[in-house]
Amino acid sequence: MRGEADSLAAIRRQTPTMATHQIGKPVQRKEGREKVTGSARYVDDISFPGMIFGVTVRSSVARGKILSIQFEAGIPWDEFAIVTAKDIPGKNCVALLIEDQPCLADQVVNHPEEAVVLLAHPDKYLLEEARRAVRIEIEPMPAVHTMAVSLSKEQVIWGDDNIFKAYQIEKGDVDSAWNAADFIVEGEYETGAQEQLYIEPQGMIAKANPAEGVTVWGSLQCPYYVHKALLRLFGLPKELVRVVQTETGGGFGGKEEYPSMIAGHAALLAWKSGKTVKMIYDRAEDMAATTKRHPSRTRHRTGVRRDGKLLAMEIDFALDGGAYETLSPVVLSRGTIHAAGPYACPNVRIRSRAVATNSPPHGAFRGFGAPQSVFALERHLDRVASAVGLSPEELRRRNFIHEGQTLSFGQVVQEKVDMNKLLDRALELSAYHEKQSRFQQENAHSVIKKGIGFAAFLHGAGFTGSGEEYLASEAMVEATRDGKIRVCAGSTEMGQGTNTVFAQIAADALGLDCERIEIMQPDTALVPNSGPTVASRTTMIVGKLVESAALAIKKSLMESGFVKEGYSGGEFAEACRQYIDTSGELRSLVKYQHPKDLHWDDGNYHGDAYGAYAWAVYVAEVSVDVRTAEIRVDDFVAVQEVGKVINPVLAAGQIEGGVAQGIGFALYENVVWQEGHMVNGQMTNYIMPTSMDVPPIRVFFEEIPYSRGPAGAKGIGELPLDGTAPAIANAVANATGADIRELPITPEKLIEKLDTVHA
Amino acid sequence: MREPARKIRVQCEINGQVLRLEAYPMVRLLDVLRQQAGLTGTKEGCGEGECGACSIEMDGALVNSCLVPVLQADGAAIRTIEGIANGAELSAVQKAFLEHGGAQCGICTPGMILAAKNLLTRNPQPSESEIREGLAGNLCRCTGYTKIFESVVAACHPARPGE
Repeated sequence: MRGEADSLAAIRRQTPTMATHQIGKPVQRKEGREKVTGSARYVDDISFPGMIFGVTVRSSVARGKILSIQFEAGIPWDEFAIVTAKDIPGKNCVALLIEDQPCLADQVVNHPEEAVVLLAHPDKYLLEEARRAVRIEIEPMPAVHTMAVSLSKEQVIWGDDNIFKAYQIEKGDVDSAWNAADFIVEGEYETGAQEQLYIEPQGMIAKANPAEGVTVWGSLQCPYYVHKALLRLFGLPKELVRVVQTETGGGFGGKEEYPSMIAGHAALLAWKSGKTVKMIYDRAEDMAATTKRHPSRTRHRTGVRRDGKLLAMEIDFALDGGAYETLSPVVLSRGTIHAAGPYACPNVRIRSRAVATNSPPHGAFRGFGAPQSVFALERHLDRVASAVGLSPEELRRRNFIHEGQTLSFGQVVQEKVDMNKLLDRALELSAYHEKQSRFQQENAHSVIKKGIGFAAFLHGAGFTGSGEEYLASEAMVEATRDGKIRVCAGSTEMGQGTNTVFAQIAADALGLDCERIEIMQPDTALVPNSGPTVASRTTMIVGKLVESAALAIKKSLMESGFVKEGYSGGEFAEACRQYIDTSGELRSLVKYQHPKDLHWDDGNYHGDAYGAYAWAVYVAEVSVDVRTAEIRVDDFVAVQEVGKVINPVLAAGQIEGGVAQGIGFALYENVVWQEGHMVNGQMTNYIMPTSMDVPPIRVFFEEIPYSRGPAGAKGIGELPLDGTAPAIANAVANATGADIRELPITPEKLIEKLDTVHA
Repeated sequence: MREPARKIRVQCEINGQVLRLEAYPMVRLLDVLRQQAGLTGTKEGCGEGECGACSIEMDGALVNSCLVPVLQADGAAIRTIEGIANGAELSAVQKAFLEHGGAQCGICTPGMILAAKNLLTRNPQPSESEIREGLAGNLCRCTGYTKIFESVVAACHPARPGE
């Protein structure tokens, strides 16, 4: 029963109202009881008999040649499993887009946290002592630590030119458009690295031997990414590698790619020792060694007419990818596509590059490149408005994209969009105008300057361009003989609500209560490959597969004659029993089919980048103490159009949590680098928002059902990271007059800007 | 960092049950709870007293169990997340977290529930700013705290029957 989505959608429309509607209800979190009682089992809560522990010995220099590895006296080394690159049975790489990153450094190191030696032992304390007794002698080589140096190619550290990927987007004719502009506004903007800071550190347990193959259990977002990496690392056939996701204590992109590394390490130790090996990073190792949000630098040059109409936008966007390619091309792609925002400028040129430096690879973090380029754009547009003499909202209104108009990368907006309405609502809910004039008066007499600012933005849901077509995801729904429904998908629950949303979608399609729906634990031996749990794609793309599969089950049951429309739960269960007794299993596997009317040209980077966009306007209100340059966010209004909301509590929770991460990105979260090494890798000195730091976050949804989404839903997970920081930056500028160009806006940086304002 | 050679005897009451154990004196209470007592509901997020994921109650006070050497727990009455529900009946705070979306990924949840319960024991009707302050030692990366505040407010105003 593959690929019946279209005809099934038709059935759905004909289906009269069912007794139970599950969409739009605040259904309780499926695994919530386990979480509030402490019985949910995360990877570090799991033990196996005879299990031993693993640790990693890393490089200490940013770039160099490994001369020797010495094991100092005083440690009973014969009790240890010791693994180096030469112990790898397959290819020494962490397979992802390409295979440039080794699983264990061999001969050379390219960043200061690169894994070189692995150790395992039953005694954790002795293991730590042993880790410190491994001496890796490295002859340093010249390293690169900034994007500017990398782009200059003074020192080539990756490929021929340090460039992981470059894109160019052209719309209209930028070069001829400047002449007609009344104003040309330029600006450069920067954002720093940001640590995902999931509260559960990375961890993995592995069993591995040549006869039975490799099995890992761990905290991860993408079981089939880990599966692919282990196949390559061990050179094993598919059926001999199994990846099981354990309860995952937050991911935010940080558990998209790195789990392939730690799974490889744990599995190599298990393979060598013949024992089950558990590897759990402590916080310091997790923060120093794993991926972070890419630092960025964006240059804008904008031509605008006296009436505020944007005529030309030239954008140069650069990301620091760290030492290996990993996901940088894809992060760059999303950042590039979002760089010109929800505006209908006729002439746009975007050039973008992701470059190599000798720090640990930067990677996926919620928003995936878009928070960087959206910050630059929305901050820049406030400056453009000021240059033209228009209010920030008026400038946006004169340029917002409308249905039928073309985005910078050539996509004609087909779905309904009303940015003006979102802006109106956001400004009204935040009392924007009233506050702006009141603050202006009050600020004159106070050392606490208050300000209000906003950002308007869009976020594409699902993989970019032909990505979904290439993934060709699958999901399966199965009915049991006792009338339970089992959803089998490779999509992971990491707090964002996959389990609950899938249960609601399946229950609603089948007219059942959510209690009848079971969600299978993602296990590559048992669930199909639904693609990675990333890119705001789980509800919209995989949820649609779940909906189609559930509808196919219903169709089979109805056609069998065992049940009639309007059935009760009991009748449904009875029908399942009869069906399975007479016809065998009752299951439906649905595979993604790319909509025929979505076209993407990978060569020219042009076309329908995403099936759907979430659209939003966020407003931040801040106060700034000009004596200390301390910034507080006092109020936050988040208005967004995300299609049909499947679960209002979970959806609001996604936005609120994303806004809090955005506040951290804007104000507090500052990775301090020293020669490619993070020197503040502790929660003590890398500051994320606490309960005292977040304002009331007021979340409002507009719902325009998306024609291809399950029950009309679009993706929302990443959206809040895009607009929060620029709204805050614009508010700080509004409060103080400081021309904010860089995130995070730490007091140290702000105080310099304030000196400029008052000078 | 080899451990001191001699273990000591420790006796404490955990969730109402007396536990006698031998442990090195400076071993973290967190490890004793998780590894020796099998109570894995208490989580480790940072190991340096910043995140609060390992929060427990010791003699009624909220502490980070990663910062407590086990020798300090000798004779203490300890409560962990496993001792919050009354059998199958969830406590008011647990119910509120479940109903109001206070738990997302769940890793901070045990510590957060302990912190909320401890706050409500000291101050049954906290103001919003008292709730914020009471939970300030517990980091959550998922919720932005909003639904956690709502959960705590709901827990101190449980709906009466019929409401």
